[in-house]
Amino acid sequence: MTAPVTLLVGTRKGAFIYRGDAARKAWQLDGPHFLGNIVNHLVPDPRDGRTWLMAAKTGHLGPTVFRSQDAGRTWSEATQPPAFRKVDEGEEGRAVESVFWLSPGHASEPGVWYAGTSPVGMFRSEDGGATWKEVAGFNDGLYPEIRHAIFPGPNGAQAHSIRVDPADARHLYVGISIGGVFESTDAGGTWKPLNRGVDADFLPDPDLEYGHDPHTVALHPGNPQRLYQQNHCGIYRLDRPASKWIRIGRNMPKEIGDIGFPIVLHPRDPDCAWVFPMDGTEVWPRTSPDGHPAVYRTRDAGESWERQDHGMPKQHAWWTVKRQAMCADDANPLGLYFGTTSGEIWASADEGRNWNRIAEHLPHIYSIAAA
Amino acid sequence: MIRVLIPSPLFSYTGGQKQIEAEGDSLEALLSVLDARFPGMRHRIVDEQDRIRPHIRFFVNGKMAQRLDRRLLAGDEVMIVAALSGG
Repeated sequence: MTAPVTLLVGTRKGAFIYRGDAARKAWQLDGPHFLGNIVNHLVPDPRDGRTWLMAAKTGHLGPTVFRSQDAGRTWSEATQPPAFRKVDEGEEGRAVESVFWLSPGHASEPGVWYAGTSPVGMFRSEDGGATWKEVAGFNDGLYPEIRHAIFPGPNGAQAHSIRVDPADARHLYVGISIGGVFESTDAGGTWKPLNRGVDADFLPDPDLEYGHDPHTVALHPGNPQRLYQQNHCGIYRLDRPASKWIRIGRNMPKEIGDIGFPIVLHPRDPDCAWVFPMDGTEVWPRTSPDGHPAVYRTRDAGESWERQDHGMPKQHAWWTVKRQAMCADDANPLGLYFGTTSGEIWASADEGRNWNRIAEHLPHIYSIAAA
Repeated sequence: MIRVLIPSPLFSYTGGQKQIEAEGDSLEALLSVLDARFPGMRHRIVDEQDRIRPHIRFFVNGKMAQRLDRRLLAGDEVMIVAALSGG
């Protein structure tokens, strides 16, 4: 038995909360909240256990951030949502179209959050998400240097996977789709690319410094020297201080490949990670390969992978999982969860061995997080 | 006074009020007044570069206004429209 888990689910049509029992078998729906809002990310703050932030917009209205300070019971809007600086007449100014990603800051900095946006931008809050300021070293330093290499995917170019080194609050990583992975060691003041070893087979120059397409970058909480990356062009591992990624996706079954969006780490085992492969052939259908979904797990840092699909459909399941839509809790054994593009939530209470569908008929799921 | 017609996506700001009476000698001034009364509303319909957001339209006395410096007179009616924006 473990402490009850709550799942925070962001969808194309609002937020849904699933409150589980101690066995993680029975789940009670709370919601929808903000029905009709496009919720890109809904994230709990592990530092206080009660603050949740939601990145939202509607089809008509501009982007904002909603905040709860009582674990989802009541909400208020940020008084100063992420926004680029107003430029002078005649200059080309940017406007945030959507807040795409939210990350709590370092444990030593309560109240600090980071936001990644589309178009590509980074913002920081020091008051629990009430007000946001630009990370100038990113928006005015890095972005103008690399903007020629940034181009948008189907939903625009995005800054995502903002990761704060648990050992150093000033050490940050970020992924840009499409743009690459970048690292800062001075709290976002300056940035350098971190893409060596990563393929970019959609571009003419295979040895670019940046211009890659990370889908998700993950930093192990217990061993922050260890990073993983699910990229448009494969699955990678990086052990710092090295700066060259290793394509561990080469060890995936050839018929499955190593394309996908999410990668989830075991919080107590840096060698253990899960991915959710998708069909990346020809026109990129973004479905499960052959309509037969599965997660794949490595327990040896990517040297080998095993399929885990017990309980999932064996055929005609033409959905996939977006980059923010797969997560783990911190129970023992670990619970895993993913939300699908077809509005289903699947859960495993035994580290992926067995899967159960705990929700269906939801809108397209964009994010899922465990609190 | 300007009569302002509020679209349903903004009811969460106005507490469900469909019509507001407010002052302002331009659309920009009117939006400032509205934002002071209903904090956060302006940012949802006008971006940080003072551009009207893509799916928002303003009509003054039935005619579309494309700039925030559109002058307003007492008795004018401003209709904020949340246009169609897909499924």
